[in-house]
Amino acid sequence: MHNIFKIAVRNLMRYKRRTFLVATLIALGVIAVQVFVASSSSYKSLIISQITDAMLGQMQIHKKGYLVSVENVPMNLNLDRHGASIVEGILDSMPEIEAYSPRIRLGGMISNFVETTNIRLYGIEPEKEYRTVPLLPKRVISGNAELKPGQILIPKLLAKGLNLKVGDQVVIIATNKDGSVNGRQFIVGGIVESAPGPGGRDGYIGISDAAELLRMDAPEISEYAIHLKRFDKLHAVYEHIAARLSKEVNPEGKAKFEIHTWESLAPFANIAKMIDLMSIFVKVLLIAIVLVSIMDVMIMSVYERTREIGTLAAIGTMPGRILAIFVSE
Amino acid sequence: MAIVVARNLDKTYDTGDVSVRALRDVSFSIEAGSVVSFIGPSGSGKTTLLNLIGCLDKPSAGEIRIDGTDVGSLDRKQSARFRGENIGFIFQDFNLVPILTVYENVEYPLIMVRDTPASERKELVHELLEAVGMADQQLKYPDQISGGQKQRVSIARALVTKPKLVLADEPTANLDHKTAHLILALMKKIRTELKTTFVFSTHDPKIVGEAEVIYSIEDGVLIGRQEKGSGCNA
Repeated sequence: MHNIFKIAVRNLMRYKRRTFLVATLIALGVIAVQVFVASSSSYKSLIISQITDAMLGQMQIHKKGYLVSVENVPMNLNLDRHGASIVEGILDSMPEIEAYSPRIRLGGMISNFVETTNIRLYGIEPEKEYRTVPLLPKRVISGNAELKPGQILIPKLLAKGLNLKVGDQVVIIATNKDGSVNGRQFIVGGIVESAPGPGGRDGYIGISDAAELLRMDAPEISEYAIHLKRFDKLHAVYEHIAARLSKEVNPEGKAKFEIHTWESLAPFANIAKMIDLMSIFVKVLLIAIVLVSIMDVMIMSVYERTREIGTLAAIGTMPGRILAIFVSE
Repeated sequence: MAIVVARNLDKTYDTGDVSVRALRDVSFSIEAGSVVSFIGPSGSGKTTLLNLIGCLDKPSAGEIRIDGTDVGSLDRKQSARFRGENIGFIFQDFNLVPILTVYENVEYPLIMVRDTPASERKELVHELLEAVGMADQQLKYPDQISGGQKQRVSIARALVTKPKLVLADEPTANLDHKTAHLILALMKKIRTELKTTFVFSTHDPKIVGEAEVIYSIEDGVLIGRQEKGSGCNA
């Protein structure tokens, strides 16, 4: 084997320019694949982190059936105090979880006393929310993200449409689950930049304010957003929580809760899959181009050296050894 | 004792629509330890015949036995093994491996064909390089030596495995007259020392006389056999 390598190396040195060309080709191919893979995966990671860390959370837990009705913001599918304590008990016991945030989701009307339009809001506990979606405070482009009681963070587009600025008063009108209409005044505490994906154009108020607006006796929770210590453990943690939640059943024996990863909550998951597929395709294409080029050079090398191959064969070199010389090369 | 026995050899090359009959009903035998020459003009079938003797090609009909083995029945791998063990080749264009030094070219068959241990290899290579007078050039590469020297190296490479038979296809065609005679004298000297059978082809009448037995071939037909010092046995 040593001698085969020796001959191969000498042949490579014999055709220095060709060897340099092939080595350059391989290097360029590898670099092209690496650059493409790095840029496509970093783009994917960036968008995923924008979605999960700026509004959605990496996972969400709801009362069973909430997600299919999420567009209607159903008030009758919130978790009551007992359900919330079960979920929090599970989440508190899991060291893989960095933070979680209870939310009340509601839809209503916002008025600047001159104009009125629709708004969708999250009722949040700011400290928990900012730990769960750490990029949310950075989306506050005007005012601050402190969100004191009686304050509201309104989305940028809405602020522009209603000509609102920080410190202005607005009225939020919402319907609770009994159908009664309630209203409350808020002060604009900040303006939030829009973000891609579901919930990217929603406003924020304190969870107590949301409970008061909806005249809840005690805060009911629409969803828990979850942030993990390690994103790469997402599916393992998901499986674990799902297994524990599945043990919680109502008197009819049906599951009380549902859990979803960001992939089933954001349409970008499909684009991410397409990016992965495209990435594989481009990788295969680049590798094929490099391999075909190498094969081309190799065929040329074999044709040029047919006399030499003939000599080696005539001397009695076994066909496998002649092949080994070229393959080593 | 005959080392090569050929009976009714025929070789036809089919190239598409054209069929060329290169050898027709050729029969001969070559005694072990002799120096035999096949002579004839270009295209007469000398190289075809040497290719058949050297197991590089198979006859279309007839039988050829080398040291008792029917080489026409060997497959590709068996042929390669048989060549490595029994036959040495000397080529018109020397065909030395350009990336190997003189020493390594001679050593090559011992490594790649015979798997000879390193200590034994060194001894054999030095012995042969001394015999062909190339010991002082052993570190040079083929492009650093003359045509005559290349052919000497080629002879050393052909003999290093101590084959029973050495085939040389026009070994002096690319050499000047003086060098050609020196090369043939060297072949005969080694033949005497190692008892190797030498078979060479040529169309150069000046060197034919160096052979002990001369076969004449024309248009693929063996037309005569002449032993040195005797008349023509056509």
